[in-house]
Amino acid sequence: MSDTTLGTSGTGSPDGASLYDRDHPAPIIEPPRQRTAKSPGTRARGNFEMYGWLFMRLSGIVLVVLVIGHLLIQLVLDGGVSKIGFAFVAGRWASPWWQAWDLGMLWLAMLHGTNGLRTVVDDYAERPGTRMWLKGLLYTATVFTILLGTLVIFTFDPNIR
Amino acid sequence: MPAGTLYRGREGMWSWVAHRVTGVLIFFFLFVHVLDTALVRVSPEAYDDVVATYKTPVVALLEYGLVAAILFHALNGLRIIAVDFWSEGPRYQKQMLWSAVGIWVVLMAGALYPVLGHAFREVFGS
Repeated sequence: MSDTTLGTSGTGSPDGASLYDRDHPAPIIEPPRQRTAKSPGTRARGNFEMYGWLFMRLSGIVLVVLVIGHLLIQLVLDGGVSKIGFAFVAGRWASPWWQAWDLGMLWLAMLHGTNGLRTVVDDYAERPGTRMWLKGLLYTATVFTILLGTLVIFTFDPNIR
Repeated sequence: MPAGTLYRGREGMWSWVAHRVTGVLIFFFLFVHVLDTALVRVSPEAYDDVVATYKTPVVALLEYGLVAAILFHALNGLRIIAVDFWSEGPRYQKQMLWSAVGIWVVLMAGALYPVLGHAFREVFGS
């Protein structure tokens, strides 16, 4: 950031030093939620957020194909939603191709959505306790849903009756 | 609300807001959708009963809304990727947003009959 009279504490000037000079005609505003010496958990988190950012973009591209294909099959082609039923599901999951399609869609969509909601919680829940509870609930629901969906795809039995 | 939530307005901010809102809506539907599909492990009747609600006119409208949310999130997501990875992306972010909205309108018009046709026939008779 700055090299002259500016501290690292944002717009304020607790020590009374002037915030303005020839090189700084306006006060510098810190980026929101920038980690400072006072914020909790200052130890470095490695590149986790960068990999999260990259994952959102890579999974997003794959999901565009998987989800729009899914919508076409389920809601548009061959009578739309009217043809969906147990027999239709059994017919599709008889093929490993569609099993893999749905499994990939489940995992990528859940992880993409969970990471998105994690960001939303971090942005809007200000108290650390609230954040912890909301994210705990989120991760619990995510693990449950991914495991349930995976189990259903792998153990599907067309002759359950 | 945290301070600074309302940012600069215009295309950049509102597309970001719409991306969040659609993303959260899609995520909540995803939970419900995995649960309803899991009923295939209970019995064919249980699954078919729940899927029957997906075929009612009111839920058909919700499905059209879901398609709207997914298509916007997909198209705007591709725009975000272009802004991040294409060197000219930030310069053309507005044009790309309006292109995405244009494609979205065309696709939504195309989805009208396939997604809502059966509901229309049920409500207004054949």
